Amino acid sequence: MSLVIVDTSCANLSSVKFAFERLGVKPLISADPERIRSAERVVLPGVGTAKAAMRNLQALDLVNTLRELEQPVLGICLGMQLMTQWSAEGNVDCLGLIPARTVALENSGQPLPHMGWNTVNAVGTNPLLKNISAPAYCYFVHSYAVAIDENTIASTDYGQQFASMIQAGNYFGAQFHPERSGAIGAQILKNFMELSDADTRT
Amino acid sequence: MLAKRIIPCLDVRDGLVVKGVQFRNHEIIGDIEPLAERYAQAGADELVFYDITASSDARVVDKSWVERIARRIDIPFTVAGGISSIDQARELLAMGADKISVNSPALRDPELINRLVDEFGQQCIVIGIDSFFDAESGRYLVYQFTGDESKSQRTRWQTAEWLKEVVARGAGEIVLNCMNQDGVRKGYDIAQLQTMRAICPVPLIASGGAGNADHFQHVFEQANVDGALAASVFHKNTVVIADLKQQLQAAGIPMRY
Repeated sequence: MSLVIVDTSCANLSSVKFAFERLGVKPLISADPERIRSAERVVLPGVGTAKAAMRNLQALDLVNTLRELEQPVLGICLGMQLMTQWSAEGNVDCLGLIPARTVALENSGQPLPHMGWNTVNAVGTNPLLKNISAPAYCYFVHSYAVAIDENTIASTDYGQQFASMIQAGNYFGAQFHPERSGAIGAQILKNFMELSDADTRT
Repeated sequence: MLAKRIIPCLDVRDGLVVKGVQFRNHEIIGDIEPLAERYAQAGADELVFYDITASSDARVVDKSWVERIARRIDIPFTVAGGISSIDQARELLAMGADKISVNSPALRDPELINRLVDEFGQQCIVIGIDSFFDAESGRYLVYQFTGDESKSQRTRWQTAEWLKEVVARGAGEIVLNCMNQDGVRKGYDIAQLQTMRAICPVPLIASGGAGNADHFQHVFEQANVDGALAASVFHKNTVVIADLKQQLQAAGIPMRY
């Protein structure tokens, strides 16, 4: 199955690529709209700030391409936040693929950034958490998070509840790093590759 | 609930994992990749690879193994050692390192921390601090170039002041290595870690002194650190990660399992 990792011109695409390679998938890293459109799966990674990443996507002329995709798309960490309408990080309009909002994690007396392994708890139907038994510990590192709303398909608690996974149709987001989340993360990536058409219609 | 992290540290020299007692007489432990994979499979939450010679010899870490590690393991890892420029950091992150840790070069050029954070984001910039308790003055003092005993020297910084400085410059995590304890296996420096925890708003990792499983339990219970780093107890199998995590979980310390 063909998979393109969108080359967002920020560092560290390798670990996402390697994680899929461990599953036997051969990902292509590309910023070419045609290659992205024709892939069976698309991953939108991201590190850095929302503002810089949106600027990169605009400079690469990828905004409309990403908005018109119909195959399953997975946003990881900042990539998930870019899928939302808006991010408080730089007060920037994002891709609007999922009608959610990215806000700063509140300072609840715990260290920030939220860094380390935390549990991901399914909310409703979550085809990406198939064949995973609780507790699903995944690796997080972030200071901004998507607020819980009707698009939330998993939540996590760090002094406050936030959306650790979101979905609207064929667009999925994970706040944690499945590529660095051990066997559970690998299963989530495998589930992403095996999504059915029905899974992307909710 | 966020789990507390157990972090084996692999001190690397010339492509091999080594460990010394109080930073002296480095003894060879083994090859990097099999050890890394063994720890990942054993339940380590994160790994730190620290090229202990790099800073002192003005060399950069030998990079080829970073990508090999990234290909093989599926838990996060940090690379430390002699990283003193944006370009060096970019290369390591591009090869798959999740975080980079900076120590001596930040002491020489504190502005480096700001530049790294601006470029790559706070989440991947760790600052390592080598702190020595000077019994005579009763002060915690920051040392640099500790990878090589002949070049190791104290700086003008007291530890608490340097910690505040690096946090103000955007550091995303602190690894506090308590030098008096390093390699001696008599327990973490609880008093010092408590002091630094109180002023550290970012994740704080304890380093130096682990000799048995109880030491891990004490440092989590008493100093509320986010992670505990150790080398020799894991290399020598004195502490088995699965058993350690079971003990800590039973004691009410949240662990990933």
